[in-house]
Amino acid sequence: MAWSDLLQQLCNGLLLGSLFALVAVGYTMVYGILRLINFAHCDIFMMGMYFAFFFVAKDFRLWPLSFIAVIAATAVLGVGLEKVAYSTLRRQNAPKISMLISAIGASYFLENLATVIFTAKPKTFPQIPFFVDMMQIGSVRLQRLAVAVPIITVIFVCILLFLINKTKSGMAMRAISKDLDTAKLMGINVNGTISFTFAIGSAIAAVGAILWGLKYPQISPLVGVMPGLKCFIAAVIGGIGNVKGAVIGGLLLGFIEVMAVAFFPEISAYKDIFSFVLLIIILLFRPNGLIGEKIAEKV
Amino acid sequence: MLEIKDLVVKYGGITALNGISMKVEEGRIITLVGANGAGKSTTLRSITGLVSPVSGSITYDGRELIGLNTKDIVKMGITLVPEGRHVFADMTVDENLMIGAYLRKDKENFRKDIDFVHEMFPILKERSKQLSGTLSGGEQQMLAVGRALMSKPKVLMMDEPSLGLAPLVVKDIFRIIQKVNEEQNMTVLLIEQNANAALKIADYGYVMETGNIGLEGSGEELLSNERVKELYLGKSKE
Repeated sequence: MAWSDLLQQLCNGLLLGSLFALVAVGYTMVYGILRLINFAHCDIFMMGMYFAFFFVAKDFRLWPLSFIAVIAATAVLGVGLEKVAYSTLRRQNAPKISMLISAIGASYFLENLATVIFTAKPKTFPQIPFFVDMMQIGSVRLQRLAVAVPIITVIFVCILLFLINKTKSGMAMRAISKDLDTAKLMGINVNGTISFTFAIGSAIAAVGAILWGLKYPQISPLVGVMPGLKCFIAAVIGGIGNVKGAVIGGLLLGFIEVMAVAFFPEISAYKDIFSFVLLIIILLFRPNGLIGEKIAEKV
Repeated sequence: MLEIKDLVVKYGGITALNGISMKVEEGRIITLVGANGAGKSTTLRSITGLVSPVSGSITYDGRELIGLNTKDIVKMGITLVPEGRHVFADMTVDENLMIGAYLRKDKENFRKDIDFVHEMFPILKERSKQLSGTLSGGEQQMLAVGRALMSKPKVLMMDEPSLGLAPLVVKDIFRIIQKVNEEQNMTVLLIEQNANAALKIADYGYVMETGNIGLEGSGEELLSNERVKELYLGKSKE
């Protein structure tokens, strides 16, 4: 394989990995705070793509405004999901398994809702020239997305890490994820903080959805299922509950999938298998994921 | 003043509190002693809203606490130092103190209060940047108390602060309890298995037995009570 090809594939891997990372942080954040696998997250992602389909203005130059609207709408949807599907159960001290079933139900509900409203016929995501035009760097010819996506991902991940580690709301999130009762005793508004977590996770999923749509422009009600599954795997590989882990897991998964197809094109039809194989291998050796949660508690 | 009337708490079918009544007057140190499973922790957890009672009432300055959110109860100035310390292990000592002041809006006094806690527990100043999970048990207990003080409580409740600690550390903690009680007129509600130490500093005490209050009286009265001596102070009647 020529150098330029390898470079091209590395860029593709970085692109796909960044997209995975953006969705994976949403899984990990919700798991961190509620110990719940939010199966409906992939459908929030899907709804984000539909929002983008409808919100992106005819005049493509207005895309920043459209994107802000998409992110806001998806965040609202995420909070709404939490209020309807999880908060109601939490208030009655429902067991974890009920929450999980509610998550699966919410996922099916959103998929079917999308089918009813938007029909199952695939739609084409708006192709905004600013992102999808080709450009030439040396011998490598790339879509502008290949550069834009990793940069946007880095920016959002940095904002997120700052939010979690340096702000009061972030401190509340960390406190709840470690010890719910003690967090309550500190006077932390638990429900507000959980809603905030869903808002942030969904907003970042919306960013992922927009970029995903630009890269893979076909939208259908089930478009979120496979990416969602892979991003969940990315979160688990990185160590679920840990934002940095989710980013690393996402990047790793993206690279491996792209490289596997590049080096073994004859098995490209089975590319989805690599994520799962990687998951099994990593969990065999590191059951808590690559950056599993530290357990340092003195009793 | 904090007042509990006929409080009944059940966990599933098991009765944890069987209609207890008690009063915690302002500026006093009140202690609740008793064996494991007597319902001491349940009482405190009910006051902070972590447990929902079946019946009875808990009022603070005439306001009913049952049904309120924990955060609103904390906002009224009632803070609990939970049993087993429960410091946030992967946050630094300073972050733990900051989270103790979570509800407070007065930024200007915040520094002063951190200094006050540091002055009371100099070790916390030394370790301010250390992850609190790496502290010793005694240091964690000091941090848990310091964290509670950061919320500027009017009523400080402590669940077994001496649990598993060296006698010297226990002495230190009890000295601080007395100090904040005297200097800041803070009401203290203290749960202890170490009945001897607790009754010595308490103005008034309640002895709990399997969900009921068996005895009550001033600290000295209870210390000299034969039954208390026999059951909780490890001295036989001869």
